[in-house]
Amino acid sequence: MTEGIRTESILEIEGVSVSFDGFKALDDLSLSIERDEIRAVIGPNGAGKTTLLDIITGRTPPTSGRVRFKEIELTGLREYQIVRKGIGRKFQTPSVHESLTVFENLEMSYPDARTWWSAWRFGRTREVIETVENIAETIYLKDRLHDRAEALGHGQKQWLEIGALLIQRPSLLLLDEPVAGMSVRDREKTAELLNALGKGRAVVVVEHDMEFVKQIAHQVSVLHQGRLLAEGPMESIQKDPRVIEVYLGH
Amino acid sequence: MTASVTPAPKPAARPPMLARFTTQLTVDRRARQNVYFVILALVLLVVFPLFFDIFRLNLVGKYLTYGFVALGLVMCWGQAGILSLGQGVFFGLGGYCMAMFLKLEASDVKSTSIQSTPGIPDFMDWNQLTSLPTFWIPFKSLFCTLVAIPLVPGLLALVLGLAMFKRRVGGVYFAIITQAVAAILSILIIGQQGYTGGVNGITDLKTLEGWDIRTDTAKYVLYFVNVGLLLGAAAVAFSIDRSKLGRILVAIRDREERVLFTGYDVASMKTFAFVLASVYAAIGGAMFTLQVGFMSPSFVGIVPSIEMVIAAAVGGRTSLFGAIYGTLLVNFAKTYFSESFPELWLFVIGSLFMGVVLVLPNGLAGVDLRKAVLTMIVRFSRRGTSRRRNAPPAPVVVGPVPEAPDGHGSKGAEALHS
Repeated sequence: MTEGIRTESILEIEGVSVSFDGFKALDDLSLSIERDEIRAVIGPNGAGKTTLLDIITGRTPPTSGRVRFKEIELTGLREYQIVRKGIGRKFQTPSVHESLTVFENLEMSYPDARTWWSAWRFGRTREVIETVENIAETIYLKDRLHDRAEALGHGQKQWLEIGALLIQRPSLLLLDEPVAGMSVRDREKTAELLNALGKGRAVVVVEHDMEFVKQIAHQVSVLHQGRLLAEGPMESIQKDPRVIEVYLGH
Repeated sequence: MTASVTPAPKPAARPPMLARFTTQLTVDRRARQNVYFVILALVLLVVFPLFFDIFRLNLVGKYLTYGFVALGLVMCWGQAGILSLGQGVFFGLGGYCMAMFLKLEASDVKSTSIQSTPGIPDFMDWNQLTSLPTFWIPFKSLFCTLVAIPLVPGLLALVLGLAMFKRRVGGVYFAIITQAVAAILSILIIGQQGYTGGVNGITDLKTLEGWDIRTDTAKYVLYFVNVGLLLGAAAVAFSIDRSKLGRILVAIRDREERVLFTGYDVASMKTFAFVLASVYAAIGGAMFTLQVGFMSPSFVGIVPSIEMVIAAAVGGRTSLFGAIYGTLLVNFAKTYFSESFPELWLFVIGSLFMGVVLVLPNGLAGVDLRKAVLTMIVRFSRRGTSRRRNAPPAPVVVGPVPEAPDGHGSKGAEALHS
């Protein structure tokens, strides 16, 4: 905790534990994410990083503890309800709708017409088209708008998925290994993209790539065996002997 | 194969209008669908009535009532990925609603005066019932009946759908439960003979508000009403297919979790597809009763439900056109085989299903005729020459130009995946 003043936090995880048949994936974990920060969560395999995202998004219910987002209790809400509160999640493997075009992928994420009736009546208004085009520009896919997603490269699919989150204007973005399998150039562009997101949006990135973490993260949390091992800016994390032992050293 | 440039063999020879039209067909799925739709309407409204006598036409009408079920299955199974093995339930419920109304009309006091309780359906009298059961009373009114036909099956599907999809029951488990419902309903109908007519079903239906449904004229009228409703149902299905709702349903089939994490209530969307399919099946069932003149539990249970799924699979479970043609084809085959070799039919339909699953996962509609023929030619010519076996396949021109030379199958080709 090098920063003196704590701004208001957007996400509070308090004493969360999850066990699967006795195995503790998360063990009394507490974490707080601030409104404008980019937080990296790192840790060796099996440290509980993805489980942490599962807990926040309602995919897995915690065995104990609570999760609060903008003062709202999230535990007990369904996944789609949590999404509508303003939390977007990108999965580890690119998860876009392959048979749809880039435009249709983004349009489907446009945060409107979410019931079957309104989705049936949904029309492409000027506003929708403009929003989709803006987002496509942000994620470097403006000239691929009418190509099918299956024709995109790996990195482009990852961006498309990030774009599909951005169009919903979430106040918290959860990204699970966004640059895995990307070329160096694409990694840089992804870092640029995340750094340009601006104020009012918190980002949690689960990542293995230390170079990438250095480029984007304000704060780093290190998980180990379901517990919080260390937390702070990258420079101090890299010097932490405990972190070096479990993670960075090998 | 979307925006491929037309190979355009001899564009100069063609009048520009036609050329522009065919070019548009190759790239615009919507335009293609519209053409297929017109062809379907022509086949059903003009070709069949011209070439078939009323006996055959009535038979086609009967097959087309299964077309409603197939349309529903395309939306529910093909698009949204929910396999229901209980569509016979909804077909039967719709059919029974209609049959109950017609039976009451046929059981007026005068024509049932020899019964110990005149004015109730004959099978009730045989089963020592002395008054009309309460749940039969609404079916004295045609209006109530017409409301009940979509409502009763729709509500059942709504309850089943919500109960299962909200609890994340899906896939094989959902299929098994719907199959169990089909078994339960047919056993219930057979067991409660006094209330339902039992294994014989509801027979001797005569008039609809005084209009005799057994005459040839009535059969013609009912055929056209049936086709009109079927085309209407297909048009509604297309409108869904082309909307964002249609894309969401397909996305649920392919990547359910992504749709969930995009903020859609996936359980409600699935329930919608299931209810839609059940209402379609119910309309088909009601039209079946009107055209065939009776309804029985043999259209409700597991076997008819599975036959409905097979018909949709043969035609192409993701193609609305394919499903209708597939239903016609499978039922023609069924009539033929049950007349000529009755003991073979089950083997035929079983192998048909396996064949389709193994060779044509998208059914007949998934066959790209031009590609299939070219591939065959390439293979054939290769056999004669001494080329290496594993030589790369010759580039096959994937021509999206729709070719529909015969009545079956090829019309649906490309209707889906493009």
